[in-house]
This record gives sequence, structure tokens and C-alpha cells, in this order.
Amino acid sequence: MSEFMLLFRQPSFDTGQMSPAEFAAIASRWQAWVGGIEAGGNLVSRGTRLATEGKVVRADGLITDGPFVEVKERLGSFVLVRADSLDEATALAHGCPAISAGGSVEVRPLLV
Amino acid sequence: MENAQESLRQVFQQEFTRMVAVISRRFGLQHIELAEDIVGETFLLAAETWGVRGLPANPTAWLYTVAKQKAIYQFRRRKLLDDKVIPGLMAQHTQDDEWDTLSFSAHSIRDSQLQMLFAICNPLIADEAQIGLALRILCGFGIYEIAEAFLTNKETINKRLFRAKEKLRAAGVTMDLPADSELVRRLDTVLRVIYLLFNEGYYSSTQNQSLQKDVCLEAMRLGVMLTDYEQINSPKTNALLALMCFHASRFEARHGGAKSLPLLYEQQNDTLWDTALIRQGFAYLDRAMQGNDLSTYHLEARIASWHCIRDDTPEKWTAILSLYNQLVLLNKSPSAALNQVYALYKVAGQAAALAAAKQLRLDNSHLYFTLLGELYRETDPAQATASFQRAYSLAKTQTDRQTIQQKLDGMA
Repeated sequence: MSEFMLLFRQPSFDTGQMSPAEFAAIASRWQAWVGGIEAGGNLVSRGTRLATEGKVVRADGLITDGPFVEVKERLGSFVLVRADSLDEATALAHGCPAISAGGSVEVRPLLV
Repeated sequence: MENAQESLRQVFQQEFTRMVAVISRRFGLQHIELAEDIVGETFLLAAETWGVRGLPANPTAWLYTVAKQKAIYQFRRRKLLDDKVIPGLMAQHTQDDEWDTLSFSAHSIRDSQLQMLFAICNPLIADEAQIGLALRILCGFGIYEIAEAFLTNKETINKRLFRAKEKLRAAGVTMDLPADSELVRRLDTVLRVIYLLFNEGYYSSTQNQSLQKDVCLEAMRLGVMLTDYEQINSPKTNALLALMCFHASRFEARHGGAKSLPLLYEQQNDTLWDTALIRQGFAYLDRAMQGNDLSTYHLEARIASWHCIRDDTPEKWTAILSLYNQLVLLNKSPSAALNQVYALYKVAGQAAALAAAKQLRLDNSHLYFTLLGELYRETDPAQATASFQRAYSLAKTQTDRQTIQQKLDGMA
């Protein structure tokens, strides 16, 4: 068994349009997805939330505020899972609500 | 699971409107769309984080913290851009502590929502747009739900809201409360929009009953908000609240039928009337009667209060007729005139009412021909049927046609 990090990115979309029902539905899809991983005994950690603000340091020494604004996809948080192989870990990413929202999930093995 | 969904829905509906109002007040009404985006992003992050990590101990505080961070970040960034694009114009640098005046305290939320209410209930924009904006910005309904209440599509509502916001921006409408001298006049518009909002819920053609009820309750909540402020807690405000309480008290009874059609007054099971709301209505009516103000809301509230007594006593209908007589003098609307005739029928009988009805020339109104049908029912069944048929052909909604069809079926 190895551990993997699933990093999700959500596309920036017209969030000003969100409705009460959509909010509740999106939250329950996330809950169902993580709940499924946990039920299969694959969940290691529910990760931690990233703050909105941050700095980016570039090669030329330029430091800018918040990296996420110019990027189409916003880096969300992550969860840690355990799986026998990268393929199995990748399979766990299926059903992640970030994907159905048009975003992506990056699956990275953790090396000890 | 159902409960969890419902409470998340409620958190959104309540906190969306609060946060948009507070952010718009702090940064200016011209940035209302940015405020909506910031709040929407906050909820997107909440959906992800709460879904993955579970509900925080204090969801509301969580939302305020994240929304504040996002708002400060967005507006600081925007200001940096402005400074670069238009150097000199905004040369003075904003200090960090200045951003900190963005506060989601109970006091700030209350003031912001009241100011938003006055900003949106603005004669500059069309009634429909005022109601639409109120449903979204003040009540937190989704665009789809608003479209459903208006029986139209999302695109139409989006365009309507967009144009309304453009108008507010172009006219330089701010979120400051009108000056005292203007407050009373502006309050009239606010009360009118709240009443339109309530009617939109109460008489909406949508079959979605929980949506109808939510819209009515939200209209009442906005009315109650006004009573927190001495200057606008006027007899008129209380009269409108009384009126809405009396109508809302029949909500359950009205929808008690197995069929989707709302039950008419005579068909309702009065044990389903909400007595707590009726009592609340009388309390507001008491406060409305202090002073000499007599508005249409006063008269309509007193009429509605009589309808909370089921028994058809002569006293009841004499009082109702007298109130309609006064109402028609203040505002001669077709519906007031038709109701006046019906009250006359109850007090003075069929012949007197028919004579009065013939004086009205409401040839395009299905309600007029429905009333004529009722008046002819006993004495001239052929005329009654013809009147109901005319009413049927004039009716514009499926609900109205079904109601009239029931009457036609009764004639056969």
C-alpha cells in the first residue's frame, strides 16, 4: 500500500449565479465522494484548506500576490488516500465533483 | 440527509443576501456584481471544504471570514490595477486597516440589508425588475427559481437583472438611506414592492408550493425588517404586515387540496388556518391604527381580518362592504370594484349587485365574467353559463381556466 495525494482544481465559473439548491447539491456531491473513499478504507486524511491569499516567487526575484487569479483553474484543497497502485488511486479520483464541474484532479504518489 | 440539504439551502439563502449587502455597502453599489461573485466563490469553497471536511462548528462565522478575505483581496487588487491604469487619480494608498472596516456584525448586516432594500426598490427600474432583484439580492433565490416564479426562462431573468443593475449604476444610485424628508415617499415604493413580492408568491402560477410559500415568507421578513427602525415603523408599514399575516394564515388551507389547484376560500378547511399568524396580524393591525393614516393597506388589512372569521354574518358583510366603498375611493382598481360588487351581493342581494355589476365595464376581465356568472347562477342559468364561458375564454392562466371549468361543471 502506498499513499497518494489527490489535488483538485476547479475552473473559475460564474459563481455569482449560484442558487441555494446548487450549493447544497455541490456540497453533498463532495461529501458523497469523500464518503465513498472512506467507506472503501482508502482515506488517509481529509487534507487541509488553503488560504485565499499567498505569494508567488519567480526566477527573476519578482514576488507577486496570490498566484491563483490569472490561472483558469483554481487550486482547491486535497485529500490523502492509500492504494495499491497509481492506477487504483487514479480510479478513486473518478466521481470527484471538481471533474464534473469542468476541473481536474491531479494524482501524485507520496514518496517516503 | 434531506435535512442536511435543507439546512445548507437555508444557510445559503440567508447568508448570500447578508454578505452581498454588506460588501456592496462597503465598496459601493456599482460593484454589486463583483460582490455577488465574491460571495458565490465563498460558497463554492464552502461546498468543497464542508463536503470534504464536514461542517465547521460555526458555518456562518466561517463564511464571513472567507468572504472578508476574498473581498479585501479582490478590491485591493482592483485598486492596484486602477492605480496603475489611472496614476495620480487614486494616488493615496489604502492602508490595510481601512479594509478592516468591512464588518459582518449583526448591526452592519441589519443596516446594509435595509439600505439595499431602499436601493433596489427604486422607481428608476421597472416593477418586474425590482421584484426580480429583490428575489435575488434581498431574498437569495436562485435565477432558476425566480424564472419559475415568473413562469419564464433563466435567460429572460438574467437579462432583466443585468439591465436593472446597469440602470442603478448609470443613475449613480448609492446605498445611503434617503434623507428624512424623502424617506416617507421612498418608503411607499418599498412597501409597494414588498406587497408585489408577496402577491408574486401568493398568486404565482407556478405549481411549486414550497417556492410560493418561501417567496411570501421572504416578503414578510423584509416587512418585519422595516419595523426595526423607528422612522419607517409607520402605521402603513404595520398595516401591510397585518395584511400579509392574514393572507399567509390561509396558506396551508389554500393548498390543502389533493389537486394542484389552490382551494377557494369557501372550500378551505378553516382548522388549517394558522391562528398564530392571525393573532400576529391583529397585533400589527392595532399598531397600524395608531395615528390618522389611512392607506389602502389599512383597508385591505381590515377586510382580510374579517375574512379570518368564517361565519357569514350580516355584520361581517356590512363591514366589508363599507371598507370596499372606502377602498374604491382611494384606489379604483378593477379587483376592488369587483369585490365591492360581491360584498354588495352579500349585503343587499342579487338584484342590487347585478345592477352595480352592469355599471362596470370590464369586458376584458375573466374575473368580471366569473362574478356575473355567480350573480346569474340562481336566476338565469343560461346567462350564468354564457358568462362563465366568456370568463373561460378570457382567462390567461391554466389555474384560472381550471377554476372556471369547475364552475361550468357545476352548472351542468
